[in-house]
Amino acid sequence: MTEPTPPTSPPPSAPTPARGSSSWRRLARAGAPRSTKAQALGAALALALGFAIATQIQQTQDSGLDSMRQDDLVRVLDDVSQRSTRLDQQVRELQSQRDALTTGANTSQAAIDQATKQLESLRVLAGTAPAQGPGIKVTISDPTQKVTAAMMLDLLQELRDAGAEVVQYGANRVVASSWFSSSGGQIQVDGQPLTRPFTVLAIGDKATMASALNIPGGIVETLRRADATAGIEQLDTVRIDALQSPRTPRYAQPVPESGTPTSTPTTK
Amino acid sequence: MIPAIGLLVGILAGLLLHPAVPVWLQPYLPIAVIAALDAVFGGVRAVLDGIFVDKVFVVSFLSNVLVAAFIVFLGDQLGVGTQLSTGVVVVLGVRIFSNVASIRRHLFKA
Repeated sequence: MTEPTPPTSPPPSAPTPARGSSSWRRLARAGAPRSTKAQALGAALALALGFAIATQIQQTQDSGLDSMRQDDLVRVLDDVSQRSTRLDQQVRELQSQRDALTTGANTSQAAIDQATKQLESLRVLAGTAPAQGPGIKVTISDPTQKVTAAMMLDLLQELRDAGAEVVQYGANRVVASSWFSSSGGQIQVDGQPLTRPFTVLAIGDKATMASALNIPGGIVETLRRADATAGIEQLDTVRIDALQSPRTPRYAQPVPESGTPTSTPTTK
Repeated sequence: MIPAIGLLVGILAGLLLHPAVPVWLQPYLPIAVIAALDAVFGGVRAVLDGIFVDKVFVVSFLSNVLVAAFIVFLGDQLGVGTQLSTGVVVVLGVRIFSNVASIRRHLFKA
């Protein structure tokens, strides 16, 4: 391919100190401009070489994809597609995150609204908030004091059966935990004595409640048999202001929604 | 001297003309350049050794270039173009280094 390579060891005839200067001289003699065929050929080849070097360097510097080999192009394509896949995934993650954040704001507001509404209705049912609406007013005059707590309970049952939502006995709000008792001719609701004549307010469908109380064999007839009279007024607006203070249950605990209800017997 | 001037003129011409390398030549030009450099250093070494023959230099220059290009072409056809190019570059680089070492020993005695 190239010049025949001489043995690396210097010829023993050449003395070492003189060799350096003679080499320079030899190079200068070979490089001296002479109009020989060797010089012309060398110059032509060197010109081509320089041209090729400059061209290749420029080609490499501003080489885009067009100067790359097929393998390299495949690798570049792989890199790019991998990167784009990664970026796509990132975009999807960020989009879902953004969606979650925006809808999260909406859903939390909706949940707050829902909870507020539920709280209001629960407060009405639990008796911790005043309520108003159409309903009836039952006035029971009981001159002989024969009305018992059982009759009051019957009246409450009839009202609830007829769809009464909020009930007030005298100045006492009647809720789920209310109870009746009678002691010494006095009738008590939740331990509070009721004053005669008894007044019962109920919010609900007034016609249904009134007819439920008046049905034959119903509570009005029962009261009449006890020498008491019951007057029923159907009102468009009944306002019930009596309140119950909420009580925290001591024994009953809410069952966790996900957990299974457990009934562990304490004794065998 | 004249070849050195020729080299400079060639570089300048390449820089100024800014020629576009044909596509078919693109894989072979870098290897050809390195092969030609190997031939040039071998020629300088031959001059210093006192065994320079112009005909040998010209033939070695051209055959170096052609063989290097042919090896790359063959590697591309065989599907190992990249590896074979690397191999050629390594071999030519080693030869260039040894030639330069020899030239250096001649000129600087070190």
